[in-house]
Amino acid sequence: MVNPVQDTAIHIDNVCFAYSGKQALHDVSLEIPSHKITAFIGPSGCGKSTLLRCINRINDRIAGARITSGTVRIHEIDIYRKDIDIQELRRRVGMVFQKYNPFAKSIYDNVVFGLKIAGMTKRSELDAAAEAALTGAALWDEVKDRLHSSALGLSGGQQQRLCIARAIANEPDILLMDEPCAALDPLATLKIEELMLELKKKFTIVIVTHNMAQASRCSDRTAFMYLGKLIEYGDTLQIFRNPSDKQTEAYISGAFG
Amino acid sequence: MFNPESIIRKGRPKGYLRETLVRSFLRGITYLIVIIALMIFGKILIDGAPAIFTSKFPFVDIEFLTAKNETLHVFDDAQGTRHQLPASKYSDYVNAHAGATLYNEQTFSYSGGGIAGPIVGTALLTIGSMILALFFGVSAAIYLAEYAKQSPFIHAVRLAILNLAGIPSIVFGLFGFSVFVLAVPIITNTPSDRSMLTIPLMVGNYVLSFQGWNSSLIAGCATLACMILPVIITASEESLRAVPQGFRDASLAMGGTRWQTIRKCVLPYSLPGILTSSLLAIARVAGETAPIMFTAAVAAKDDLPWQGLSNPFGVLSSQVQALPYHIYTLAARIPNSEYTERAQYGSVFVFLVLVASLSFGSMILRAKLRKKLKW
Repeated sequence: MVNPVQDTAIHIDNVCFAYSGKQALHDVSLEIPSHKITAFIGPSGCGKSTLLRCINRINDRIAGARITSGTVRIHEIDIYRKDIDIQELRRRVGMVFQKYNPFAKSIYDNVVFGLKIAGMTKRSELDAAAEAALTGAALWDEVKDRLHSSALGLSGGQQQRLCIARAIANEPDILLMDEPCAALDPLATLKIEELMLELKKKFTIVIVTHNMAQASRCSDRTAFMYLGKLIEYGDTLQIFRNPSDKQTEAYISGAFG
Repeated sequence: MFNPESIIRKGRPKGYLRETLVRSFLRGITYLIVIIALMIFGKILIDGAPAIFTSKFPFVDIEFLTAKNETLHVFDDAQGTRHQLPASKYSDYVNAHAGATLYNEQTFSYSGGGIAGPIVGTALLTIGSMILALFFGVSAAIYLAEYAKQSPFIHAVRLAILNLAGIPSIVFGLFGFSVFVLAVPIITNTPSDRSMLTIPLMVGNYVLSFQGWNSSLIAGCATLACMILPVIITASEESLRAVPQGFRDASLAMGGTRWQTIRKCVLPYSLPGILTSSLLAIARVAGETAPIMFTAAVAAKDDLPWQGLSNPFGVLSSQVQALPYHIYTLAARIPNSEYTERAQYGSVFVFLVLVASLSFGSMILRAKLRKKLKW
């Protein structure tokens, strides 16, 4: 019997990735633990977002972008197998984007979007799921009185939390966050970080961030990437206090990047 | 030595004359264009209004808008009063004044009565061709914007669509005539003699006969739709591309399929843009004469398109009158005089109002959609 809390959620083995022949990831291998926050850090263009986007195969839509070798396994299932149900995979692996992108619909319609396209039609079930998701994203109290007004009337931080609510409404196992605070002010960032610490009790979280302070504040594990290669991967405390690689040390001390 | 006063000019600024001339010339041309436009609208208003508006309540000549067109009879009675009567009233008059002699009698075809037939015909042609063009155009635009990968072939496809926009409308008319009127296949049990090819179906006497749709509303709509397809496709593709990438990403990331994503997160937001493009197309479709000359329009027709039909789809295969073609007939096919002008400018006036209100309607619809779907 596996212990889901102690388990490794995602195995990334020797992954090479290319955009139309241009190599973006070189032989990346790491194991991402369940119910922890794992942060990918590194300078722009180092491939951290690409690696994140390999985990829910959202890269598939880009013409010419593909994994050239290696495997990505989620709970031991190779997600690049031919018989993978991509829609179901993406329901199990939610994603939050850098620029908050709620639909120009009502708050309620945003939250239940994933459930509706998955075929849930009962109003009472949808209502309950929406409340649960919004509560989970610490947004319920702020929006419960205006569920049916436009999501675009919310503040930036609220919109991003709405995107998180929308993602967790699908009840995924894994939540991918691609620089979720890049477009937010420090207070909104703080709220998202607090929320992440709450969410990791239920979900495995993988976050890409430019903000090293953020990585050191909230993540349990940190991976430093540079020029498409994984330079160092370990416990966050160890990476930030006592990096074993010179490049890691130079980056986190601010010598470049 | 530096003389600070050298920057103060003596006399007129440099090139004063030339600058003034150029500016006046450009301004004159601009105003000339405005004057031409005003003259066109003024002429139509002044000559058209008397045919439409009356001095009595309801101030609009309802009969002109709702009656079919008839031959206009112009004559003097014995007292020397000049009468202008459409054919139906003329026969009443003749019956009522049996034996009276009419002097200087003249007749003008299509110039009496009203223009209900052309109004209805133009409306049907416009609606039908817009339905066809939007269906085919938006489908193609979705494929080009959302599914097709960038490749030399797709590039060529796009170029071909753009080139379609440059084809003169009379060529579309001939194309529609040779394809939609004479050649498209229909299923029938009584194939016509000129059918190019008949393929027997194994059901009763029915055959697939390549004999065309004849000159009919549907043939005209199809021809007009071909003509405006490039406009619709190009503009729809642009408005699809204008929808933020984030909407697609979000929908896919939540487990949406490609089609769910397009239907729920892309198409609704591109509707205002698509409507804007169809706005221009509406005005063009309503105004074209050449494509419908051989495919749908007739100079005169006794019934409205749907009258005397056993099933409602019959309207698709009936011929129609159309405002632009009617104007052409009045202006160029019958002798002109002060009596034909009423019908002529009245039609032009109604035509302009119709096109303007169609455009205005879509503008309001677009504004409403925009407000609802703004991001």
